[in-house]
Amino acid sequence: MLQEESDLSLIIAQIVQKLKGSNLYSQLERQAWASLQRPEIKLESLKEDIKEFFKISGWEKKLQNAVYSELSVFPLPSHPAAPPEHLKEPLVYMRKAQGSWEKRILKSLNSMCTELSIPLARKRPVGEQKELLNKWNEMGTDEPDLSLFRPVYAPKDFLEVLINLRNPNYENGDSLSFRTHLGLIQVPLKVKDIPELKECFVELGLNTGQLGIDDSTQVPPELFENEHVRIGQKVLAEQDSAAAQQYIRQGSPTALRAELWALILNISSEPEDVLYYEQLKTNVIQHDLLVDSLIYKDVKLTASNDDYYFVFEDYLYQVLLCFSRDTSVLSHFAYNSASPPKSYIRGKLGLEEYAVFYPPNGVIPFHGFSMYVAPLCFLYHEPSKLYQIFREMYVRFFFRLHSISSHPSGIVSLCLLFETLLQTYLPQLFYHLREIGAQPLRISFKWMVRAFSGYLATDQLLLLWDRILGYNSLEILAGDAQK
Amino acid sequence: MNTLMDVLRHRPGWVEVKDEGEWDFYWCDVSWLRENFDHTYMDEHVRISHFRNHYELTRKNYMVKNLKRFRKQLEREAGKLEAAKCDFFPKTFELPSEYHLFVEEFRKNPGITWIMKPVARSQGKGIFLFRRLKDIMDWRKDTRNSDDQKDDIPVENYVAQRYIENPYLIGGRKFDLRVYVLVMSYIPLRAWLYRDGFARFSNTRFTLNSIDDQYVHLTNVAVQKTSPDYHPKKGSKWMLQRFRQYLASKHGPQAVETLFRDMDNIFIKSLQSVQKVIISDKHCFELYGYDILIDQDLKPWLLEVNASPSLTASSQEDYELKTCLLEDTLHVVDMEARLTGREKRVGGFDLMWNDGPVSRDEGPPDLSGMGNFVTNTHLGCVNDRKKQLRQLFCSLQVQKKASN
Repeated sequence: MLQEESDLSLIIAQIVQKLKGSNLYSQLERQAWASLQRPEIKLESLKEDIKEFFKISGWEKKLQNAVYSELSVFPLPSHPAAPPEHLKEPLVYMRKAQGSWEKRILKSLNSMCTELSIPLARKRPVGEQKELLNKWNEMGTDEPDLSLFRPVYAPKDFLEVLINLRNPNYENGDSLSFRTHLGLIQVPLKVKDIPELKECFVELGLNTGQLGIDDSTQVPPELFENEHVRIGQKVLAEQDSAAAQQYIRQGSPTALRAELWALILNISSEPEDVLYYEQLKTNVIQHDLLVDSLIYKDVKLTASNDDYYFVFEDYLYQVLLCFSRDTSVLSHFAYNSASPPKSYIRGKLGLEEYAVFYPPNGVIPFHGFSMYVAPLCFLYHEPSKLYQIFREMYVRFFFRLHSISSHPSGIVSLCLLFETLLQTYLPQLFYHLREIGAQPLRISFKWMVRAFSGYLATDQLLLLWDRILGYNSLEILAGDAQK
Repeated sequence: MNTLMDVLRHRPGWVEVKDEGEWDFYWCDVSWLRENFDHTYMDEHVRISHFRNHYELTRKNYMVKNLKRFRKQLEREAGKLEAAKCDFFPKTFELPSEYHLFVEEFRKNPGITWIMKPVARSQGKGIFLFRRLKDIMDWRKDTRNSDDQKDDIPVENYVAQRYIENPYLIGGRKFDLRVYVLVMSYIPLRAWLYRDGFARFSNTRFTLNSIDDQYVHLTNVAVQKTSPDYHPKKGSKWMLQRFRQYLASKHGPQAVETLFRDMDNIFIKSLQSVQKVIISDKHCFELYGYDILIDQDLKPWLLEVNASPSLTASSQEDYELKTCLLEDTLHVVDMEARLTGREKRVGGFDLMWNDGPVSRDEGPPDLSGMGNFVTNTHLGCVNDRKKQLRQLFCSLQVQKKASN
């Protein structure tokens, strides 16, 4: 009991520390000062009265949402003496594997750089800056020569790395038994089995109404849909993050989805956020990065060729180019097993004072990266809001899909979960596919890495992502791949 | 990818007739119709895919005339409010005959953009935009000069139409909607609306600044194909279901309902306006392609009606859509005489008008007695046609057996 309590107070202290630096804190402070003018605030009961005021005016709710948001991202409590690497990734062999994978990516990027003699970054001449500013809303019409650029890596390259992951402390034994895992992933991570999944994802059971199933044309709307929509509107009116997250496990009505996701991710477009986005845009205008060409190439290869997302091509540039310059993204590396690549000023290799993170946000895009953004364009049309939503989705979920870690929502666990489910519950299919040389994971891997973007129709994809937000976990991707 | 041939060839029990053989069904083109219809004898059961004088609806100048006349009639009979429902067509003037009326309207609205369209051509040919009368003067001179034919051949008829300057944009791009309406007869008026259709996007971003840039404004796939930006892989089309979902997530289901109801209104009123003019021959049916433009206030405008909508497929998805459309058209035409004639839905087609509005007939009865009427249209909705057809033909078979 005592241990739990001290864990809890540690978490509380850390969250308070984090929120103290946020905009919400200064707003609350201002509100508190301003409330002194109000007649109902009396000096004798100052603390209670201000608390009451916060409750009524909705500020308490905002604070609640912010705390809830921090909790969602906060890593599980660990031993107080654990070094920070453990927060990123507790298992040594995983850390090592991620480290060497990163080295490979960086090497590939650097060699491309040398081959093409293009600097990693350069300042744009004024004329070019002006031109880009004019074209900001239609960058898709640009047709730069990208033939020499190749994506730094594709999902299948990453899969090869995962297949070769081994825990050096684990001896599998040579004899095959019915327990032997016949899939490609050969690391002993704990994944949930069906009874555990059923317990975890209880709202997805057959007895509970679901959007996407129980709102089809055959089912009269009175049975489920109408009530569900009504509850959704109520949740939005209350502006309660936690309630929204619970609600969305059964799917979100189309008209409410954009607001619900913003509420769950605790995104509210304050003027400061718009300003921040504008600053990122200025960065893009002033400096050209090598990764920009990679982003262009990726958009042209994937989203632009998609039957449905081609329309949003311009938005994708506006989001991704700014994303690569956003240093606030660096903070997520505290709990991401990956580390941002470092680049050294010319001639000062190895000297830490001359090191910068490259790209500034530490995320090197791979083939298909732009597809993380594309479905969001369906919901958000204002560039800075679209940007915020994407950034939050990335630092909460998407980063786990392309970094090597033991986290239950990490791609390694998802692959293992997928293979285990398939081998256990659809063994005939599993063995058949293996017989014909098509390991099931090779087919489903790319679906999971992209969170099914581009592989599912948008309406279904959005319902799937509803559940990711609702359960704060990516495990549903493995379940979906298995289906 | 010839969808029509594929569908006809695969239809069970149908045989292709060559040359001068006797045929029961002909998917003809309008030129054949023009030359042969009047002196071709057709048995009662024979079906042909056009009405003799379909141009009353499909040629821009005739359509305008018919609509204007119908509007006046509506105003007389039912008042201004009802007549206003016909205001889905941008102000249009026939040239050269209505030139002076046009100039009057032009002067009343200085600075707006107009579009000049040839009356009879398709695929975006011969269309241009203008803002000054001077531009038309130049164009008249040009066409006269480039005409190396004799003087007494008349200049091709054009219409000048008010250009919609605030189109609804998606991703910064302009688009129009292609919707399919099947008319089985005009007297009485029986029309079916197909659930699927598509939105055709312009490849370039919309701006009023480059009036000369034909490509921005004209969204016909044919024109887009010649644009330097065009990449065949892209397709530049969205299925209507996608479009409907997008609008619903942006504006809410109510706004979308209203928009689609307004579109139903366009289909019905346009057909009603030519009802008395078109020669309603029982052998004829026609599959129209309606082109609709949505503006930023979510008001739909009728651009034109095509009597021969393109049946070539530009992508796999397009192929699916058009083959299913044609299959269902043939089901409704019902050469096999399987239907009872009381059906409200056949595959992807919903019966929209049957000598009167057709209701969806779902949900509790309307106790208030006031306009809670919901039309039987499902444009952009789920099209589970295979399942519906299976159930339909199954039950028809059962009925037939029972009555024998």
